[in-house]
Amino acid sequence: MYAYDELDRTLINERVSEFRDQVKRRLSGELTEDEFKILRLQNGVYLQLHAYMFRVAIPYGTLSTKQLRRLAHVARRYDRGYGHFTTRQNIQFNWIKLAELPDALADLAEVGIHAMQTSGNNMRNVTSDQWAGVAPGEIEDPRIWSELIRQHTTLHPEFSFLPRKFKIAITASEHDRAAIKIHDIGLRLHKNADGETGFEVLVGGGLGRTPFIAKTIKPFVHGRDVLSYIEAILRVYNQYGRRDNIYKARIKILVHELGIEKFAKEVDEEWRQMGDSELRLDHRAIEEVRSRFSYPAYEKLPHMPDELKQAAHDPLFERWRKNSVSAHKVQGYSIVTLSLKPVGGPPGDATAEQMDALADLADKYSFGEIRVGHEQNLALPHVAKRDLPALFKAFDRLGLATPNVNLVTDIIACPGLDYCSLANARSIPIAQELTRRFANHDTAGLIGRLHINISGCINACGHHHVGHIGILGVEKNGEEFYQITIGGRADENAQMGTLIGPAVPYAEVADVIEDIVEAYLALRDRPEELFVDTVKRLGVEPFRERVYATR
Amino acid sequence: MPLVKQGRITTDLFVHVADGAELPGDGAVLVTAERFLADPEALLRRAGKTGVIWPNNRNLDDLVPWLDRLASVALVFPTFRDGRAYSQARLLRERHGYDGELRATGQILRDQFVFMTRAGFDAFEVKKDADADAFAETMKRYSVFYQPTGDGRVTALNRRMQLRYSESAGQ
Repeated sequence: MYAYDELDRTLINERVSEFRDQVKRRLSGELTEDEFKILRLQNGVYLQLHAYMFRVAIPYGTLSTKQLRRLAHVARRYDRGYGHFTTRQNIQFNWIKLAELPDALADLAEVGIHAMQTSGNNMRNVTSDQWAGVAPGEIEDPRIWSELIRQHTTLHPEFSFLPRKFKIAITASEHDRAAIKIHDIGLRLHKNADGETGFEVLVGGGLGRTPFIAKTIKPFVHGRDVLSYIEAILRVYNQYGRRDNIYKARIKILVHELGIEKFAKEVDEEWRQMGDSELRLDHRAIEEVRSRFSYPAYEKLPHMPDELKQAAHDPLFERWRKNSVSAHKVQGYSIVTLSLKPVGGPPGDATAEQMDALADLADKYSFGEIRVGHEQNLALPHVAKRDLPALFKAFDRLGLATPNVNLVTDIIACPGLDYCSLANARSIPIAQELTRRFANHDTAGLIGRLHINISGCINACGHHHVGHIGILGVEKNGEEFYQITIGGRADENAQMGTLIGPAVPYAEVADVIEDIVEAYLALRDRPEELFVDTVKRLGVEPFRERVYATR
Repeated sequence: MPLVKQGRITTDLFVHVADGAELPGDGAVLVTAERFLADPEALLRRAGKTGVIWPNNRNLDDLVPWLDRLASVALVFPTFRDGRAYSQARLLRERHGYDGELRATGQILRDQFVFMTRAGFDAFEVKKDADADAFAETMKRYSVFYQPTGDGRVTALNRRMQLRYSESAGQ
């Protein structure tokens, strides 16, 4: 965990006061809605279909129990008793009142949580691997760098009014859980031949109406230079990114229009001129931030404790353990993922009661730490294996033990037309119906790893392009239709899915998905071949035939 | 529209002169980049001071050779959501060493004052009187800064390291 010091605390309190003044000026009419819009967006406040929506940052997905309890408090005190975890390590509250927002922010600031730059055309919340610091084989903890970048990008005087939003993600593992290739800047931590830490820098990834996989702009930028290199990219983008058309304003379009070589040349030229600037991070600076991170005092525990051997006789426990428990870098410990995708529920929602109870469990079993992943699930990162049976029972009582992590019902979905003013179609009811269709977790287990992603419009908040199955809501003659793609993925082999055929109406989506899954079961050459690999091997055609033969 | 300079509302000594309009014989003028570049020497020979309004989509290269003879550079915010001039300001101050008046013009609200000052602006054509009146107060909004810019404010990281150094020195 990163511990805020007096300076961090002062800054977020100053931000709360500033926002309080901005809200006051809006309520008094001193600010027009047009002026206020930009200011509220800089602080995570959207106007949705029914109310203001408030998006709070969970930088690089790390939460303390104190912070989680405070999020529960905000849900209860200022909202309708629940929150929605997003695909970018944020939490959203959907029913907030403008006049109460400054108080909600002040309550959050007391525990070091803010909503700075969770929307608007600025550098957004920096995201990372939700298993950072605990994943086996990780090169080093990417949160040190995430925090350095979080500070650097917060209230940046030059880059707070960019052409469009700007998202940075960092991974330090071979398997990319942070989806860096669909970010404006993706950073892959690795070491050079001399053993020094640095980053492969990728640029220009993003989804939306013009999806691109990020391209490598530099294979190795030394850690000490990472801030100046990011600043050089931003400076080129701030000056040359398009501002004439909101749909062409992301950096991916600039990279595409210039070509990666020319863009890289511009950035290099800017970087060279910046020279040996104050942005260079010396060893002491990096250690300063590193020293503010605390790590659990792990015990020396057996790999296979008795508690686990005994619980192995309980088939429900075993099913959950095999699905939701992952290897930890320290022997005797596990990473436990909590599915926020119960059968029939909206993906990513958690009630205030669940958050409070989870905080208690994290205090008891996970050194007081919780993680938030881009798949809209939570994790307890440091659970002793001997505690797994007890934890399972507690989760089960809370409705947080659905054994469907990474399975067909672990659906990523945006809020869609139920909440969002941009949406063309509903997302949540589609997800709910699919979880009912595949409600048998044993069947889902046999199907294996399969990511379904749903977006209610082309802005792609549900990352439909990179779902193994992607579902995109569109509007046709006033009715909700859905385009379906297959074969996308968001990991280190990221690619966009391929459209399977004409869009289908709302009522047929679940049937079509069932057909696709059945086709896969018939087509896979062995049970271990994942859906996405079968699509890769055979292409879209056999799936298309199956789905459209009878339609 | 009030002008804020050196932290106070002040009389604007510069006159914005439109393209094609006649220049006053003396007194300070602000002219467009086009007009300036058409005949810089003639403008700079005038008795009064010269300032240039530089568009936010124009490369600074054409301006740089004249910087030490200009009394003001005005950078433009067509709307306050268009942030290109922040980069221009930092480049003028930090790369090209410009130390004359750097003026923000366009849609300027109090909510940009801190950012603009940090980027190097020291004169502000403020849209609303109430915002101009609130300048000094607004500049006190923040006491902690994460990024190094040319404004000389010490970053949070440097303050922490200074603190750590002085702590360990005292032990």
